[in-house]
Amino acid sequence: MRYVLLMHYREPAEGEISEEAIAEAMEAFGAYGRALAEAGVLLSGDVLQPAAATTTVTSREGVLRVQDGPFAETKEALAGVFVLDVPDLDAAIGWAEKCPGAQWGVIEVRPTATALVKGRWTR
Amino acid sequence: MAARDSYGRLLALLSASASDIAAAEDALADAFERALRTWPAHGVPASPDAWLLTVARNRLRDHWKSAQAQRAFPLDREQDSLAHADDLDVDAIPDRRLELMLVCAHPAIERAAHTPLMLNTVLGFTAEQVGRAFSVPASTMATRLVRAKRRIKAARIPFRIPDRANLPARMTAVLEAVYGAYVIDWATTGPQARQVPSEALHLAEVLTRCVPGDPEAHGLAALVQLSASRAPARLDADGSFVPLPDQDPSLWDSRLIERAHEHLRVAHARRHLGRFQLEAAIQAVHCARRRAGTTDWPTLLTLHRVLHTIAPSLGSGVALAAVTAEVEGPAAGLATLDALLQDAGQHARRFQPARATRAHLLDQLGRTEEAVAAYDSAIDLTHDTAERQYLQHRRDSASLRSQHRWPENRK
Repeated sequence: MRYVLLMHYREPAEGEISEEAIAEAMEAFGAYGRALAEAGVLLSGDVLQPAAATTTVTSREGVLRVQDGPFAETKEALAGVFVLDVPDLDAAIGWAEKCPGAQWGVIEVRPTATALVKGRWTR
Repeated sequence: MAARDSYGRLLALLSASASDIAAAEDALADAFERALRTWPAHGVPASPDAWLLTVARNRLRDHWKSAQAQRAFPLDREQDSLAHADDLDVDAIPDRRLELMLVCAHPAIERAAHTPLMLNTVLGFTAEQVGRAFSVPASTMATRLVRAKRRIKAARIPFRIPDRANLPARMTAVLEAVYGAYVIDWATTGPQARQVPSEALHLAEVLTRCVPGDPEAHGLAALVQLSASRAPARLDADGSFVPLPDQDPSLWDSRLIERAHEHLRVAHARRHLGRFQLEAAIQAVHCARRRAGTTDWPTLLTLHRVLHTIAPSLGSGVALAAVTAEVEGPAAGLATLDALLQDAGQHARRFQPARATRAHLLDQLGRTEEAVAAYDSAIDLTHDTAERQYLQHRRDSASLRSQHRWPENRK
Protein backbone atom coordinates (compact mmCIF):
# COMPACT_ATOMS: atom_id res chain seq x y z
CA MET A 1 0.00 0.00 0.00
CA ARG A 2 1.27 3.44 -0.92
CA TYR A 3 1.70 6.05 1.77
CA VAL A 4 2.95 9.60 1.42
CA LEU A 5 5.02 11.13 4.19
CA LEU A 6 4.55 14.89 4.14
CA MET A 7 7.15 16.85 6.06
CA HIS A 8 5.98 20.12 7.57
CA TYR A 9 8.16 22.54 9.44
CA ARG A 10 8.82 26.21 9.96
CA GLU A 11 11.02 27.59 7.22
CA PRO A 12 14.23 28.94 8.68
CA ALA A 13 15.28 32.47 7.79
CA GLU A 14 18.29 33.02 5.58
CA GLY A 15 21.43 32.23 7.57
CA GLU A 16 19.44 31.09 10.62
CA ILE A 17 20.88 27.61 10.46
CA SER A 18 24.62 27.11 10.72
CA GLU A 19 26.66 25.38 8.02
CA GLU A 20 27.40 22.51 10.40
CA ALA A 21 23.71 21.99 11.20
CA ILE A 22 22.89 21.95 7.49
CA ALA A 23 25.66 19.45 6.83
CA GLU A 24 24.35 17.30 9.69
CA ALA A 25 20.81 17.38 8.33
CA MET A 26 22.03 16.44 4.85
CA GLU A 27 23.97 13.58 6.37
CA ALA A 28 20.83 12.41 8.19
CA PHE A 29 18.69 12.63 5.04
CA GLY A 30 21.39 10.72 3.16
CA ALA A 31 21.29 7.88 5.66
CA TYR A 32 17.49 7.93 5.71
CA GLY A 33 17.33 7.70 1.92
CA ARG A 34 19.74 4.76 1.88
CA ALA A 35 17.71 2.98 4.57
CA LEU A 36 14.47 3.47 2.59
CA ALA A 37 16.09 2.22 -0.60
CA GLU A 38 17.69 -0.78 1.10
CA ALA A 39 14.38 -1.78 2.65
CA GLY A 40 12.85 -1.68 -0.82
CA VAL A 41 10.03 0.63 0.24
CA LEU A 42 11.05 3.90 -1.46
CA LEU A 43 9.09 5.06 -4.50
CA SER A 44 10.26 8.68 -4.50
CA GLY A 45 11.50 11.42 -2.24
CA ASP A 46 11.70 15.18 -2.68
CA VAL A 47 12.74 17.89 -0.29
CA LEU A 48 11.15 21.15 -1.45
CA GLN A 49 12.62 24.58 -1.96
CA PRO A 50 11.31 27.27 0.40
CA ALA A 51 7.84 28.73 -0.15
CA ALA A 52 9.46 31.83 -1.65
CA ALA A 53 10.04 29.72 -4.76
CA THR A 54 6.48 28.42 -4.98
CA THR A 55 3.74 29.39 -7.43
CA THR A 56 0.06 28.53 -7.19
CA VAL A 57 -2.19 27.99 -10.20
CA THR A 58 -5.99 27.73 -10.29
CA SER A 59 -8.91 27.97 -12.69
CA ARG A 60 -11.62 27.25 -10.16
CA GLU A 61 -13.16 30.70 -10.52
CA GLY A 62 -13.41 30.32 -14.27
CA VAL A 63 -10.28 32.23 -15.14
CA LEU A 64 -6.71 31.16 -14.86
CA ARG A 65 -4.91 32.65 -11.89
CA VAL A 66 -1.22 32.26 -11.41
CA GLN A 67 0.08 33.68 -8.17
CA ASP A 68 3.28 33.68 -6.29
CA GLY A 69 3.31 32.14 -2.84
CA PRO A 70 1.98 28.92 -1.30
CA PHE A 71 -1.65 27.74 -1.21
CA ALA A 72 -1.90 28.54 2.48
CA GLU A 73 0.32 30.81 4.50
CA THR A 74 1.05 28.82 7.61
CA LYS A 75 3.72 28.84 10.26
CA GLU A 76 4.72 25.32 9.35
CA ALA A 77 5.09 24.87 5.61
CA LEU A 78 5.12 21.78 3.43
CA ALA A 79 8.81 21.02 3.14
CA GLY A 80 9.16 17.62 1.54
CA VAL A 81 7.42 14.53 0.24
CA PHE A 82 8.36 10.84 0.43
CA VAL A 83 6.28 8.21 -1.33
CA LEU A 84 6.62 4.74 0.16
CA ASP A 85 5.20 1.32 -0.55
CA VAL A 86 4.71 -0.50 2.78
CA PRO A 87 2.20 -3.08 4.03
CA ASP A 88 0.28 -0.99 6.58
CA LEU A 89 0.01 2.14 8.69
CA ASP A 90 2.30 0.83 11.44
CA ALA A 91 5.10 0.36 8.91
CA ALA A 92 4.50 3.85 7.49
CA ILE A 93 4.52 5.36 11.00
CA GLY A 94 7.76 3.48 11.66
CA TRP A 95 9.41 5.21 8.67
CA ALA A 96 7.93 8.59 9.62
CA GLU A 97 9.50 8.22 13.06
CA LYS A 98 12.91 7.68 11.48
CA CYS A 99 12.57 10.64 9.11
CA PRO A 100 15.06 13.39 10.06
CA GLY A 101 12.31 15.98 9.54
CA ALA A 102 10.48 14.51 12.56
CA GLN A 103 13.31 15.89 14.74
CA TRP A 104 12.37 19.50 14.04
CA GLY A 105 9.00 19.31 12.33
CA VAL A 106 5.88 17.20 11.88
CA ILE A 107 5.40 14.31 9.46
CA GLU A 108 1.92 13.70 8.11
CA VAL A 109 1.35 10.08 7.08
CA ARG A 110 -1.36 9.75 4.44
CA PRO A 111 -2.39 6.65 2.50
CA THR A 112 -2.83 7.30 -1.21
CA ALA A 113 -6.23 6.66 -2.78
CA THR A 114 -4.94 6.01 -6.26
CA ALA A 115 -1.59 6.50 -7.96
CA LEU A 116 -0.13 6.92 -11.43
CA VAL A 117 2.14 4.03 -12.22
CA LYS A 118 3.68 3.94 -15.69
CA GLY A 119 1.13 6.45 -16.92
CA ARG A 120 -1.91 4.56 -15.62
CA TRP A 121 -4.04 5.14 -12.56
CA THR A 122 -3.97 2.16 -10.28
CA ARG A 123 -5.56 1.25 -7.04
CA MET B 1 -18.79 -20.01 24.56
CA ALA B 2 -20.84 -17.23 26.10
CA ALA B 3 -22.69 -15.13 23.54
CA ARG B 4 -20.56 -12.00 24.03
CA ASP B 5 -17.34 -13.98 23.94
CA SER B 6 -18.45 -15.65 20.79
CA TYR B 7 -19.41 -12.38 19.10
CA GLY B 8 -16.09 -10.72 19.86
CA ARG B 9 -14.05 -13.70 18.75
CA LEU B 10 -15.91 -14.08 15.47
CA LEU B 11 -15.78 -10.36 14.72
CA ALA B 12 -12.06 -10.16 15.56
CA LEU B 13 -11.27 -13.00 13.20
CA LEU B 14 -13.41 -11.66 10.37
CA SER B 15 -12.13 -8.09 10.82
CA ALA B 16 -8.52 -9.25 10.79
CA SER B 17 -8.93 -11.18 7.58
CA ALA B 18 -10.78 -8.29 5.89
CA SER B 19 -8.85 -5.40 7.53
CA ASP B 20 -12.30 -3.87 7.65
CA ILE B 21 -14.45 -3.92 10.79
CA ALA B 22 -17.62 -2.56 9.16
CA ALA B 23 -17.59 -5.20 6.43
CA ALA B 24 -16.98 -7.90 9.03
CA GLU B 25 -19.88 -6.61 11.14
CA ASP B 26 -22.21 -6.67 8.14
CA ALA B 27 -21.16 -10.21 7.27
CA LEU B 28 -21.62 -11.38 10.85
CA ALA B 29 -25.02 -9.69 11.10
CA ASP B 30 -26.07 -11.52 7.92
CA ALA B 31 -24.89 -14.80 9.39
CA PHE B 32 -26.88 -14.21 12.60
CA GLU B 33 -29.93 -13.33 10.57
CA ARG B 34 -29.60 -16.51 8.54
CA ALA B 35 -29.19 -18.49 11.73
CA LEU B 36 -32.44 -17.06 13.04
CA ARG B 37 -34.19 -18.10 9.84
CA THR B 38 -32.76 -21.59 9.44
CA TRP B 39 -31.93 -22.93 12.89
CA PRO B 40 -35.51 -23.13 14.12
CA ALA B 41 -36.43 -25.26 11.11
CA HIS B 42 -33.27 -27.34 10.64
CA GLY B 43 -31.96 -27.47 14.17
CA VAL B 44 -28.98 -25.79 15.76
CA PRO B 45 -25.71 -26.99 14.20
CA ALA B 46 -23.25 -28.97 16.28
CA SER B 47 -20.91 -26.02 16.40
CA PRO B 48 -22.93 -22.80 16.11
CA ASP B 49 -19.81 -20.60 16.10
CA ALA B 50 -18.17 -22.52 13.29
CA TRP B 51 -21.43 -22.33 11.34
CA LEU B 52 -21.66 -18.55 11.86
CA LEU B 53 -18.02 -18.10 10.91
CA THR B 54 -18.41 -20.06 7.70
CA VAL B 55 -21.51 -18.19 6.63
CA ALA B 56 -19.97 -14.82 7.51
CA ARG B 57 -16.80 -15.65 5.58
CA ASN B 58 -18.85 -16.50 2.54
CA ARG B 59 -20.64 -13.18 2.89
CA LEU B 60 -17.33 -11.35 3.08
CA ARG B 61 -16.14 -13.12 -0.04
CA ASP B 62 -19.33 -12.15 -1.87
CA HIS B 63 -18.79 -8.61 -0.68
CA TRP B 64 -15.28 -8.52 -2.14
CA LYS B 65 -16.39 -10.03 -5.40
CA SER B 66 -19.27 -7.60 -5.81
CA ALA B 67 -17.00 -4.73 -4.97
CA GLN B 68 -14.89 -6.02 -7.84
CA ALA B 69 -12.19 -6.70 -5.26
CA GLN B 70 -9.90 -4.06 -6.67
CA ARG B 71 -7.22 -5.09 -4.29
CA ALA B 72 -6.51 -8.77 -4.14
CA PHE B 73 -7.02 -9.78 -0.54
CA PRO B 74 -4.84 -12.75 0.21
CA LEU B 75 -7.18 -15.46 1.39
CA ASP B 76 -5.57 -18.07 3.52
CA ARG B 77 -6.66 -21.31 1.90
CA GLU B 78 -6.24 -23.42 5.01
CA GLN B 79 -7.94 -20.99 7.31
CA ASP B 80 -10.75 -20.11 4.96
CA SER B 81 -11.52 -23.61 3.83
CA LEU B 82 -15.24 -24.19 4.05
CA ALA B 83 -14.95 -27.94 4.30
CA HIS B 84 -15.67 -29.65 7.61
CA ALA B 85 -17.05 -26.46 9.10
CA ASP B 86 -19.27 -28.50 11.37
CA ASP B 87 -16.40 -30.57 12.69
CA LEU B 88 -14.44 -27.47 13.52
CA ASP B 89 -13.49 -27.31 17.17
CA VAL B 90 -14.75 -23.96 18.43
CA ASP B 91 -11.79 -23.56 20.72
CA ALA B 92 -9.55 -24.03 17.70
CA ILE B 93 -10.99 -20.83 16.21
CA PRO B 94 -8.03 -18.54 16.76
CA ASP B 95 -8.65 -15.78 19.28
CA ARG B 96 -7.67 -12.52 17.63
CA ARG B 97 -9.42 -10.22 20.06
CA LEU B 98 -6.10 -8.84 21.26
CA GLU B 99 -5.34 -7.67 17.72
CA LEU B 100 -8.80 -6.13 17.58
CA MET B 101 -8.24 -4.37 20.91
CA LEU B 102 -4.88 -3.07 19.70
CA VAL B 103 -6.59 -1.65 16.62
CA CYS B 104 -9.30 -0.01 18.75
CA ALA B 105 -6.61 1.66 20.89
CA HIS B 106 -4.26 2.48 17.99
CA PRO B 107 -2.49 5.84 18.29
CA ALA B 108 -3.93 6.87 14.91
CA ILE B 109 -7.46 6.63 16.40
CA GLU B 110 -8.58 9.52 18.58
CA ARG B 111 -8.39 8.63 22.24
CA ALA B 112 -12.01 9.39 22.98
CA ALA B 113 -13.00 6.65 20.54
CA HIS B 114 -10.82 3.86 22.03
CA THR B 115 -13.16 2.67 24.77
CA PRO B 116 -16.40 3.04 22.74
CA LEU B 117 -14.84 1.11 19.85
CA MET B 118 -13.83 -1.72 22.18
CA LEU B 119 -17.25 -1.96 23.78
CA ASN B 120 -18.85 -1.94 20.35
CA THR B 121 -16.57 -4.45 18.62
CA VAL B 122 -15.10 -6.71 21.29
CA LEU B 123 -18.27 -6.99 23.38
CA GLY B 124 -20.83 -6.26 20.68
CA PHE B 125 -22.70 -3.45 22.43
CA THR B 126 -24.74 -1.30 20.06
CA ALA B 127 -23.98 2.35 19.41
CA GLU B 128 -27.07 3.16 21.43
CA GLN B 129 -25.91 1.17 24.45
CA VAL B 130 -22.40 2.61 24.26
CA GLY B 131 -23.82 6.10 23.78
CA ARG B 132 -25.93 5.69 26.89
CA ALA B 133 -22.89 4.62 28.90
CA PHE B 134 -21.05 7.77 27.79
CA SER B 135 -24.12 10.03 28.09
CA VAL B 136 -23.94 10.77 24.37
CA PRO B 137 -26.91 10.56 21.95
CA ALA B 138 -27.01 7.28 20.01
CA SER B 139 -26.62 9.07 16.67
CA THR B 140 -23.52 10.93 17.86
CA MET B 141 -21.95 7.72 19.09
CA ALA B 142 -22.88 5.89 15.89
CA THR B 143 -21.21 8.61 13.81
CA ARG B 144 -18.09 8.46 15.96
CA LEU B 145 -17.88 4.68 15.65
CA VAL B 146 -18.48 4.69 11.88
CA ARG B 147 -15.82 7.36 11.39
CA ALA B 148 -13.26 5.42 13.41
CA LYS B 149 -13.97 2.19 11.53
CA ARG B 150 -13.68 3.95 8.19
CA ARG B 151 -10.37 5.34 9.30
CA ILE B 152 -9.08 1.92 10.35
CA LYS B 153 -9.88 0.62 6.90
CA ALA B 154 -8.68 3.63 4.88
CA ALA B 155 -5.37 4.09 6.67
CA ARG B 156 -4.97 0.31 6.85
CA ILE B 157 -4.29 -0.05 10.53
CA PRO B 158 -2.94 -3.59 10.81
CA PHE B 159 -4.62 -6.34 12.87
CA ARG B 160 -1.29 -7.55 14.11
CA ILE B 161 0.64 -7.75 17.36
CA PRO B 162 3.28 -5.01 17.09
CA ASP B 163 6.96 -5.81 17.46
CA ARG B 164 8.60 -5.86 20.86
CA ALA B 165 9.85 -2.27 20.59
CA ASN B 166 6.33 -0.91 20.16
CA LEU B 167 4.31 -3.44 22.13
CA PRO B 168 4.62 -1.93 25.64
CA ALA B 169 3.29 1.48 24.56
CA ARG B 170 0.50 -0.11 22.55
CA MET B 171 -0.50 -2.38 25.46
CA THR B 172 -0.62 0.66 27.73
CA ALA B 173 -3.17 2.22 25.38
CA VAL B 174 -5.23 -1.00 25.46
CA LEU B 175 -5.14 -1.12 29.26
CA GLU B 176 -6.14 2.53 29.44
CA ALA B 177 -9.06 1.98 27.08
CA VAL B 178 -10.30 -0.89 29.28
CA TYR B 179 -9.76 1.33 32.32
CA GLY B 180 -11.85 3.94 30.49
CA ALA B 181 -14.76 1.51 30.53
CA TYR B 182 -14.33 1.18 34.30
CA VAL B 183 -14.22 4.93 34.83
CA ILE B 184 -17.53 5.55 33.04
CA ASP B 185 -19.14 3.24 35.56
CA TRP B 186 -18.62 5.90 38.20
CA ALA B 187 -18.76 9.03 36.09
CA THR B 188 -22.20 8.63 34.60
CA THR B 189 -24.29 6.75 37.11
CA GLY B 190 -27.56 8.53 36.65
CA PRO B 191 -30.81 8.24 38.52
CA GLN B 192 -31.74 5.13 36.51
CA ALA B 193 -29.95 1.82 36.81
CA ARG B 194 -27.16 1.37 34.27
CA GLN B 195 -28.31 -0.33 31.07
CA VAL B 196 -24.93 -1.82 30.20
CA PRO B 197 -23.72 -3.48 33.37
CA SER B 198 -20.24 -4.71 33.99
CA GLU B 199 -18.76 -3.84 30.60
CA ALA B 200 -15.41 -3.07 32.20
CA LEU B 201 -15.47 -6.35 34.13
CA HIS B 202 -15.99 -8.22 30.93
CA LEU B 203 -13.40 -6.34 28.86
CA ALA B 204 -10.78 -6.77 31.58
CA GLU B 205 -11.48 -10.50 31.78
CA VAL B 206 -11.19 -10.83 28.00
CA LEU B 207 -7.88 -8.99 28.09
CA THR B 208 -6.40 -11.31 30.75
CA ARG B 209 -7.36 -14.26 28.59
CA CYS B 210 -5.64 -12.65 25.58
CA VAL B 211 -2.44 -11.76 27.46
CA PRO B 212 -2.31 -14.21 30.40
CA GLY B 213 1.33 -13.29 31.05
CA ASP B 214 0.77 -9.54 31.42
CA PRO B 215 0.73 -8.63 35.13
CA GLU B 216 -0.87 -5.24 34.48
CA ALA B 217 -3.79 -6.84 32.64
CA HIS B 218 -4.40 -9.00 35.75
CA GLY B 219 -3.94 -5.95 37.95
CA LEU B 220 -6.54 -4.06 35.96
CA ALA B 221 -8.99 -6.99 36.12
CA ALA B 222 -8.49 -7.15 39.89
CA LEU B 223 -8.97 -3.39 40.22
CA VAL B 224 -12.24 -3.44 38.31
CA GLN B 225 -13.53 -6.47 40.22
CA LEU B 226 -12.65 -5.08 43.64
CA SER B 227 -14.33 -1.77 42.88
CA ALA B 228 -17.35 -3.53 41.42
CA SER B 229 -17.56 -5.79 44.47
CA ARG B 230 -18.50 -2.77 46.58
CA ALA B 231 -21.20 -1.50 44.24
CA PRO B 232 -24.06 -3.13 46.26
CA ALA B 233 -23.01 -1.13 49.34
CA ARG B 234 -22.54 2.18 47.55
CA LEU B 235 -26.17 3.21 47.92
CA ASP B 236 -28.31 2.69 51.00
CA ALA B 237 -31.95 1.61 51.08
CA ASP B 238 -33.08 5.18 50.23
CA GLY B 239 -30.68 5.38 47.30
CA SER B 240 -28.34 7.73 49.16
CA PHE B 241 -24.60 7.66 48.55
CA VAL B 242 -22.59 5.81 51.19
CA PRO B 243 -18.88 6.72 51.29
CA LEU B 244 -16.43 3.84 51.53
CA PRO B 245 -15.62 4.11 55.26
CA ASP B 246 -19.33 3.94 56.13
CA GLN B 247 -20.17 1.02 53.85
CA ASP B 248 -21.33 -2.29 55.31
CA PRO B 249 -18.68 -4.81 54.17
CA SER B 250 -21.11 -7.70 54.43
CA LEU B 251 -22.85 -6.28 51.37
CA TRP B 252 -19.69 -6.52 49.25
CA ASP B 253 -19.62 -9.25 46.61
CA SER B 254 -17.30 -11.94 48.01
CA ARG B 255 -17.22 -13.88 44.74
CA LEU B 256 -15.78 -10.86 42.89
CA ILE B 257 -13.29 -10.19 45.69
CA GLU B 258 -12.15 -13.80 45.51
CA ARG B 259 -11.65 -13.63 41.74
CA ALA B 260 -9.74 -10.36 42.08
CA HIS B 261 -7.36 -11.99 44.53
CA GLU B 262 -6.70 -14.77 42.05
CA HIS B 263 -5.74 -12.16 39.45
CA LEU B 264 -3.49 -10.40 41.95
CA ARG B 265 -1.75 -13.67 42.79
CA VAL B 266 -1.07 -14.29 39.09
CA ALA B 267 0.15 -10.70 38.66
CA HIS B 268 2.47 -10.76 41.67
CA ALA B 269 4.02 -14.00 40.50
CA ARG B 270 5.33 -12.11 37.42
CA ARG B 271 7.30 -9.80 39.72
CA HIS B 272 6.80 -6.68 37.69
CA LEU B 273 4.94 -3.97 39.55
CA GLY B 274 2.78 -1.47 37.70
CA ARG B 275 0.16 1.18 38.15
CA PHE B 276 -2.90 -1.05 37.87
CA GLN B 277 -1.52 -3.67 40.25
CA LEU B 278 -0.90 -0.93 42.81
CA GLU B 279 -4.38 0.50 42.37
CA ALA B 280 -5.79 -3.01 42.78
CA ALA B 281 -3.65 -3.59 45.88
CA ILE B 282 -5.09 -0.39 47.36
CA GLN B 283 -8.61 -1.62 46.68
CA ALA B 284 -7.69 -4.99 48.18
CA VAL B 285 -6.60 -3.28 51.41
CA HIS B 286 -9.95 -1.47 51.56
CA CYS B 287 -11.78 -4.75 50.94
CA ALA B 288 -9.77 -6.47 53.68
CA ARG B 289 -11.89 -4.52 56.18
CA ARG B 290 -14.49 -7.20 55.50
CA ARG B 291 -12.41 -9.70 57.45
CA ALA B 292 -10.20 -7.52 59.65
CA GLY B 293 -12.94 -5.14 60.77
CA THR B 294 -10.60 -2.15 60.49
CA THR B 295 -8.73 -0.46 57.68
CA ASP B 296 -4.95 -0.66 57.56
CA TRP B 297 -4.26 3.02 56.84
CA PRO B 298 -0.45 2.94 57.18
CA THR B 299 -0.24 0.26 54.46
CA LEU B 300 -2.60 2.30 52.30
CA LEU B 301 -0.38 5.34 52.76
CA THR B 302 2.67 3.39 51.60
CA LEU B 303 0.84 2.04 48.56
CA HIS B 304 -0.48 5.49 47.64
CA ARG B 305 2.98 6.98 47.93
CA VAL B 306 4.45 4.35 45.60
CA LEU B 307 1.55 4.79 43.17
CA HIS B 308 1.94 8.57 43.12
CA THR B 309 5.66 8.09 42.46
CA ILE B 310 5.45 5.63 39.57
CA ALA B 311 2.24 6.95 37.98
CA PRO B 312 1.64 10.49 39.20
CA SER B 313 -1.71 11.96 38.29
CA LEU B 314 -4.19 14.37 39.78
CA GLY B 315 -6.25 11.39 40.94
CA SER B 316 -3.35 9.60 42.62
CA GLY B 317 -2.33 12.87 44.31
CA VAL B 318 -5.78 13.58 45.71
CA ALA B 319 -6.05 10.01 46.98
CA LEU B 320 -2.64 10.34 48.61
CA ALA B 321 -3.76 13.53 50.35
CA ALA B 322 -6.92 11.83 51.65
CA VAL B 323 -4.98 8.87 53.04
CA THR B 324 -2.32 11.17 54.50
CA ALA B 325 -5.17 12.85 56.40
CA GLU B 326 -6.27 9.49 57.81
CA VAL B 327 -2.80 8.63 59.09
CA GLU B 328 -1.24 11.99 59.93
CA GLY B 329 -4.32 14.11 60.50
CA PRO B 330 -6.42 16.48 58.37
CA ALA B 331 -3.88 19.33 58.55
CA ALA B 332 -1.17 17.16 56.96
CA GLY B 333 -3.70 15.96 54.36
CA LEU B 334 -4.73 19.49 53.48
CA ALA B 335 -1.10 20.57 53.16
CA THR B 336 -0.43 17.67 50.77
CA LEU B 337 -3.54 18.49 48.75
CA ASP B 338 -2.85 22.22 48.51
CA ALA B 339 0.74 21.59 47.43
CA LEU B 340 -0.56 19.26 44.73
CA LEU B 341 -3.17 21.76 43.53
CA GLN B 342 -0.57 24.52 43.48
CA ASP B 343 1.64 22.42 41.19
CA ALA B 344 -1.19 21.16 39.00
CA GLY B 345 -2.37 24.66 38.12
CA GLN B 346 -5.56 25.76 36.47
CA HIS B 347 -7.06 22.48 35.21
CA ALA B 348 -7.02 21.01 38.71
CA ARG B 349 -9.69 23.52 39.68
CA ARG B 350 -12.34 21.52 37.88
CA PHE B 351 -11.29 18.14 39.31
CA GLN B 352 -14.22 17.04 41.43
CA PRO B 353 -12.38 14.62 43.76
CA ALA B 354 -9.91 17.40 44.65
CA ARG B 355 -12.74 19.79 45.51
CA ALA B 356 -14.70 17.22 47.52
CA THR B 357 -11.63 16.07 49.44
CA ARG B 358 -10.65 19.67 50.22
CA ALA B 359 -14.14 20.35 51.56
CA HIS B 360 -14.03 17.29 53.85
CA LEU B 361 -10.59 18.20 55.19
CA LEU B 362 -11.55 21.83 55.90
CA ASP B 363 -14.68 20.55 57.59
CA GLN B 364 -12.67 18.17 59.79
CA LEU B 365 -10.34 21.02 60.74
CA GLY B 366 -13.34 23.05 61.90
CA ARG B 367 -12.78 25.69 59.21
CA THR B 368 -16.49 25.47 58.48
CA GLU B 369 -16.98 28.65 56.43
CA GLU B 370 -14.21 27.68 54.04
CA ALA B 371 -15.63 24.15 54.03
CA VAL B 372 -19.07 25.42 52.96
CA ALA B 373 -17.54 27.31 50.03
CA ALA B 374 -15.46 24.25 49.10
CA TYR B 375 -18.53 21.98 49.27
CA ASP B 376 -20.36 24.39 46.97
CA SER B 377 -17.65 24.18 44.32
CA ALA B 378 -17.49 20.38 44.67
CA ILE B 379 -21.28 20.09 44.29
CA ASP B 380 -21.10 22.15 41.09
CA LEU B 381 -18.76 19.54 39.61
CA THR B 382 -20.64 16.42 40.77
CA HIS B 383 -22.88 14.66 38.23
CA ASP B 384 -23.79 11.62 40.28
CA THR B 385 -27.14 12.38 41.92
CA ALA B 386 -26.56 10.32 45.05
CA GLU B 387 -23.12 11.80 45.62
CA ARG B 388 -24.48 15.30 45.03
CA GLN B 389 -27.09 14.79 47.70
CA TYR B 390 -24.47 13.46 50.06
CA LEU B 391 -22.22 16.50 49.54
CA GLN B 392 -25.24 18.81 49.86
CA HIS B 393 -26.06 17.19 53.20
CA ARG B 394 -22.49 17.65 54.46
CA ARG B 395 -22.48 21.22 53.22
CA ASP B 396 -25.70 22.06 55.02
CA SER B 397 -24.52 20.59 58.28
CA ALA B 398 -21.22 22.51 58.02
CA SER B 399 -23.20 25.64 57.26
CA LEU B 400 -25.38 25.10 60.35
CA ARG B 401 -22.35 24.65 62.56
CA SER B 402 -20.73 27.80 61.23
CA GLN B 403 -23.91 29.80 61.89
CA HIS B 404 -24.15 28.44 65.40
CA ARG B 405 -20.65 29.43 66.19
CA TRP B 406 -20.90 32.82 64.53
CA PRO B 407 -22.83 34.61 67.33
CA GLU B 408 -20.65 32.98 69.99
CA ASN B 409 -17.55 34.32 68.31
CA ARG B 410 -19.08 37.76 68.16
CA LYS B 411 -19.63 37.92 71.91
